Amino acid sequence: MWPRYFNNSQKSKEMGAIYKKEIAAFFSSLTGYIVIGVFLIILGLFMFIFPDTSLLEYDYATMDQLFSIAPLVFLFLIPAVTMRSFAEEKQRGTLEYLYTKPIKGWQIMWGKYLANLTLVLIALLPTLLYYYSVYQLGSPQGNLDSGAILGSYIGLFFLVGAFVAIGMFASAISDNQIVGFILGTLICFIVHWAFLYLANLPLWGVDVSNFIQSLGLNSHYASISKGALDSRDIIYFISVILGFIWLTQWTIEKERG
Amino acid sequence: MSVVLSGVSKIYGKQKAVDNISFTVGKGEILGFLGPNGAGKSTTMKMITGYLKQDAGTIEVMGLPVSHHETESKKHIGYLSESNPLYKEMYVREYLQFNAQIHQISKPKSRIDYLLESTGLIKEANKIIGTLSKGYQQRVGLAQALIHDPEVLILDEPTSGLDMNQLVGIRALIKSMQAEKTIIFSTHIMQEVQALCSRVIIINEGQLIADDPIEQLQARISGDQILHLEIANLPATSPDFASIQGVLGVERQDNLFIISFEKDNDVRPAIFNYAVKNGLVIIGMQLITRDVAQIFQQLTKKQGDGSNL
Repeated sequence: MWPRYFNNSQKSKEMGAIYKKEIAAFFSSLTGYIVIGVFLIILGLFMFIFPDTSLLEYDYATMDQLFSIAPLVFLFLIPAVTMRSFAEEKQRGTLEYLYTKPIKGWQIMWGKYLANLTLVLIALLPTLLYYYSVYQLGSPQGNLDSGAILGSYIGLFFLVGAFVAIGMFASAISDNQIVGFILGTLICFIVHWAFLYLANLPLWGVDVSNFIQSLGLNSHYASISKGALDSRDIIYFISVILGFIWLTQWTIEKERG
Repeated sequence: MSVVLSGVSKIYGKQKAVDNISFTVGKGEILGFLGPNGAGKSTTMKMITGYLKQDAGTIEVMGLPVSHHETESKKHIGYLSESNPLYKEMYVREYLQFNAQIHQISKPKSRIDYLLESTGLIKEANKIIGTLSKGYQQRVGLAQALIHDPEVLILDEPTSGLDMNQLVGIRALIKSMQAEKTIIFSTHIMQEVQALCSRVIIINEGQLIADDPIEQLQARISGDQILHLEIANLPATSPDFASIQGVLGVERQDNLFIISFEKDNDVRPAIFNYAVKNGLVIIGMQLITRDVAQIFQQLTKKQGDGSNL
């Protein structure tokens, strides 16, 4: 059902219109700039300023700090980006108007999804400068594990993809942006961390504990970050993304009655 | 026929918002959609646009069943919703470009320029929609509905909240499109129906209670006609107009007599003769034709009588 959507270039034109509109909305309001600014400032502080995590105080040339802090920052930042996706359109009645246009539900979903994803990836792009810095600071120069860093970036990409889908679903449930934001953060937290904490409870054997842990995003993110691209992890992430987008569309369609 | 509804119903919980409505509209018609608030006008319109799904019955737009060809049928419809939702942070031209993209219009620039011209938005083209007055926002909504030159135009209260000049402008625009389009529009304003519509549909509590050309509607309701008669010198005994042949009823308010009579039997000469014979001085005699507003009131009141709230 899903792949068929992308084969038809004629039909992706409407999706492109939605995509462009969303991107323009980010940068015509302050949202886009604030998201990118806040993300980079927080990461920069942790990587270069705060002594506990600063790589300047650290004995090794790595970017581990970035990849361990980023999920935490995204936990708040991504729901802040996605909270308006549907809540705002529902509140203003523009979603109803979109549904009277010759455009399909999935085109609206994917147009919005890709726009949200793009904005977060734009925020992520300047962190390549951090890579350059660490590369230059290494002794000898360039003494860092580029393969592991590439793996971590791929892991982060999938994590962002999953968070965006979850955030959009949270936004579709309510027509209040604040509710969308809080729910988005909550669901992201549950899907990413809650299973890890649950697995660590002294209630289960090793097998059950491993299984519970594998339900959460965290273990799969950690696995990809190690540089091992396991197809199971990729399938897991894609399932989470498609699952939440399907839920989002279902929620919206249900309201049309 | 451009739009065909047969046996369409929409149910919310236990309440029937729209109850078994059928009608057809063809090219060149301007159909006025009347009814009190909450009568089911907007719901019916939303079902035609394909936004809401009907619970029973079928809707066809340009020969396409809406429930099976949702996207196709939407290509033939231009819709302006009652609340006129707009992306208020967008510029007028940018917003129309967005709509042109969704409709995949081949030469968007010339079409947008034409619409800005005909809706009087040229000067506002580079302004942010949110900063425009309500009247101008309404025009943006109308331009948006017309962007793909649709065969069917559905306008839900397009003139609400406009001032007199804007009202006249929008009405003229709607009227000018009559020949090549099918237009369905809802309104509260009775003069608008008389000024614009070739046909009127009245809905009350989800049910269709009238579907007539305006002239016929008047005739259908008023099997009788009303005469206002003013007498200057009232005698002690009230004059007995009811005894005149053809008179159906007499109502008296001081020296004003409201006389109803059969439509095909003009009683005015007989009343004049009666007055002369009895020495009554007539200072006013006026034939009252009922307007759509009265008809509307009469029809919807009849319906409501059973269920007094």
